[in-house]
Amino acid sequence: MDSVLPVTDRGGPVQPLLLAKGLRKHFPIPGGLLGRTTKVVRAVDDLSLSVAKGETLGVVGESGCGKSTVARLLMRLIRPDKGTMVLDGDPVDEPHGITLNELRRQVQMVFQDSYASLNPRLTIVETLAFAPRAHGLAGAEAKARSRDLLAKVGLDPNNFADRYPHELSGGQRQRVNIARALALRPRLVILDEAVSALDKSVEAQVLNMLVDLKEEFGLTYIFISHDLNVVQYLSDRVMVMYLGKIVEIGAVEAIYGDPQHPYTRALLSARPSMDPRRRTREAPIQGDPPNPIDPPSGCRFRTRCPFAEDVCGKAEPLLTDTGAQEVACHMRIRGSGHTRAP
Amino acid sequence: MAIQSPSLDMTTAAAPAPVARPATRSYWQQVGRRLRRDPVTLVCGGILLLIVLAALGAPWLGLADPYKTSMLRRLYPIGSPNFPLGTDELGRDMLSRLIYGGRLSLFMGVTPVICALLIGGALGITAGFMGGRVNMLIMRIMDVFYAFPSVLLAISLSGAMGAGAENTLLALTLVFIPPICRVSESVTTQVRGFDFVDAARASGAGTLTIVRVHVLGNVLGPILVYATSLISVAIILAAGLSFLGLGVKPPEPEWGLMLNTLRQAIYVNPLLAALPGVMIFITSICFNLMSDGLRAAMDVKA
Amino acid sequence: MTDPKNAPLLEVEDLHVTFVTPDRTVHAVNGVSFALKRGETLGILGESGSGKSVTLRSILKLHPEHRTRWSGSIRLEGDEVLPMKGSALANLRGNRVSMIFQEPATAFDPVFTIGQQITETIRRHTGKSDADAWKRAKELLELVRIPSPAQRLKAYPHEMSGGMRQRAMIALALSCNPSLLLADEPTTALDATVQIQVLLLIRELQRELDLGVIFVTHDIGVAVEVSDRIGVMYAGKLVELGGVEQMVDAPRHPYTRGLLASTVHGGMRGQRLEAIPGAPPDLSAAPTACSFAPRCKYAEARCLAAPPPLTAATEGHLVRCVGRIDTLAA
Repeated sequence: MDSVLPVTDRGGPVQPLLLAKGLRKHFPIPGGLLGRTTKVVRAVDDLSLSVAKGETLGVVGESGCGKSTVARLLMRLIRPDKGTMVLDGDPVDEPHGITLNELRRQVQMVFQDSYASLNPRLTIVETLAFAPRAHGLAGAEAKARSRDLLAKVGLDPNNFADRYPHELSGGQRQRVNIARALALRPRLVILDEAVSALDKSVEAQVLNMLVDLKEEFGLTYIFISHDLNVVQYLSDRVMVMYLGKIVEIGAVEAIYGDPQHPYTRALLSARPSMDPRRRTREAPIQGDPPNPIDPPSGCRFRTRCPFAEDVCGKAEPLLTDTGAQEVACHMRIRGSGHTRAP
Repeated sequence: MAIQSPSLDMTTAAAPAPVARPATRSYWQQVGRRLRRDPVTLVCGGILLLIVLAALGAPWLGLADPYKTSMLRRLYPIGSPNFPLGTDELGRDMLSRLIYGGRLSLFMGVTPVICALLIGGALGITAGFMGGRVNMLIMRIMDVFYAFPSVLLAISLSGAMGAGAENTLLALTLVFIPPICRVSESVTTQVRGFDFVDAARASGAGTLTIVRVHVLGNVLGPILVYATSLISVAIILAAGLSFLGLGVKPPEPEWGLMLNTLRQAIYVNPLLAALPGVMIFITSICFNLMSDGLRAAMDVKA
Repeated sequence: MTDPKNAPLLEVEDLHVTFVTPDRTVHAVNGVSFALKRGETLGILGESGSGKSVTLRSILKLHPEHRTRWSGSIRLEGDEVLPMKGSALANLRGNRVSMIFQEPATAFDPVFTIGQQITETIRRHTGKSDADAWKRAKELLELVRIPSPAQRLKAYPHEMSGGMRQRAMIALALSCNPSLLLADEPTTALDATVQIQVLLLIRELQRELDLGVIFVTHDIGVAVEVSDRIGVMYAGKLVELGGVEQMVDAPRHPYTRGLLASTVHGGMRGQRLEAIPGAPPDLSAAPTACSFAPRCKYAEARCLAAPPPLTAATEGHLVRCVGRIDTLAA
């Protein structure tokens, strides 16, 4: 049955599966008379990333950092204002590239809210068969594939195929959502806070399953979460976002072992301590993340940064390779003018 | 804050422990089951069914001719021999006229709502799903209609087009398109925001398929419930137009028109004069209560 | 009378809460007992449906009277709460016990400023004049470390960030000097860097004001940060209750252990997670056995015979498990 929607590797293992360059998305806020826009939310600003075949890229950041917008941009659920994407060597939505439809066959997504992402009027098997049928698979075959997928995510098809979403628990619904994402045999799955709403004991079951599925189907993951521990557990590389920008990106060991950006450090030490003898004594940074409408000039983190200096307000720090990772901080840029710069 | 529902996540165990599968009911089966447990809705439905059946089967019920006048037996009181509900100001049998009147009154109540449902629903769902400029265009046009009170709009339309059943139907349809369109637009906008619609888009399905599979099934219910509640308004408006002489023309039996012509008899036999009003009241309140019951029954979450 | 310093602030004994609707019955809380001293923080840890929030809300009788059945007893400073009605209940809710919620946006009325809402509460409960109440409101915002409090009092809820709103809600909760503060997942909706600030604030205020605090959460890390003692709830019962160090170092109940093992933290990379199999039980019937037995790898015949009692494993460490606890230590 894998012959129906075949997906073949084209560029070999070295070519990145997904390349995004200069992605930008600003959301206008309608206001004033006649819906004229006066303000924009700068959700994602000139963001470039690459995802290697078979890896898991973790994305962390707080609310308003644009991580969910990135997911929707990569899926093309929303159209970027600027920027290009290349999937395994093929430009997306360009004259000589692949169509959006083809992109969406190879890239799939799992949403956070397990209830809202299932149509309450459809049975589980109808939900799972929807995408394969939309891509031209015959009804019976689509159903058979759906039952097969249910078994793969640990739900007995005889028991669950004909049930409705409201009859399932949160964990079971999220398994169905994962099965749906796999129904088109994608190569890249974007998991947008996919385990965040689950109870811890159920979360562990689903995480184990994600690891197994990745192995079995040869998948690549983009794993978006606010939970730093889960991201550390699952990811090979980690990208830290703040107000629509990447502040640090690199191998998981580097990011967690030797964070370079003050924001990454703050984020890591804001994790509750699991040791009652070594409780947190002082919050690493004060205040809330600012609103992505009108972000601060220069370095967007400078308003909360303990090391901010004049240069941080004047120039925007670009991502700079420090060896183990890339960091966007004037303190790591040679000759930036910051007193702590090398 | 989310009040924790203590049993939200309490269905049977996940993968292990093969439990006997509980019977699964489809959504509409569940709605039916809830309706059957709701006495008010059942009674209202029963009364409406009775009125509709009587109106449809009027010629076969052995009733007196509703058009046959008699100067001799005008305004017989309720309970007269041979005339259980008396006679009207022209001596016609009230029972017969009330039952025959149901035909026109119900027709005038239901037809414009159905027409408006088709047009307004389609416009509203389009506006809701497309969003943006299409939404703006459709909804602003609806707002123009909204600027007039519905009664006034119906009266002025009927007045401009002249009396008669067809013109009343047309006027009422035009009056009901904007509210149905607005309700359809808001439910559709809400459904479109759910992740399952995004998931369907992400699967590469076409717009029409998404609307058919994922949107219609979720918006038709609430729109139908709203339309049901409009039927009573339509009956009252149609009756009102007839009462004003802008609707059905005499001697057709129609509740609103009957109310108008019996007006003169109000000092002679007030009970008799009130009978058409009672019918309008019962029918419209039954439609309203039934739509409430439907709304409650269709609000299935768990 | 015993020494009031050591008398418990709150005693909950054998609390049962059942919700009855025409559609179904839910046994949400099935026999919870604990006591809380003045100036102590008790963390109640549990997953969704464990009854932790229901227990907390029962202390204020927040559930709709007509479809909730309570039994057992809740005593606040010696006064029985469950029989309270009318003005006694209003007095309890306003003056003696306060509650903070997960979503501060819904706790404030969007059409009034923060200052109006706090002063209104103060005036209603203390009869202070407008000017005095405003002064007190400003002090409260200073207390919860809101910068430039005089300006913030004039702000509407939507003009504040999530963390600020949560601080303002804590200020509102403290406006009438309660002796007991109930916190229902107050940091769950907040960002990581803000969550730790609010946790530290609650800890400091608890010490400064000698408050009793019950802190309900699903996050073990959060519970460890704020609690003196931790109670773990499962299927409407406390399955384990002990000092925070006892609970982290030597958990006794298989569920607590499972919860700790399945919580992901650094250093677990590449390892398979020890998930607890299955899902929590249906609560439509009162439990007749250990509710955790169907998911427990140590379950044996006597676990299914009767609901196990809460027994002391060591000093101040209570466990609801009949399994040979010591041999479980592995």
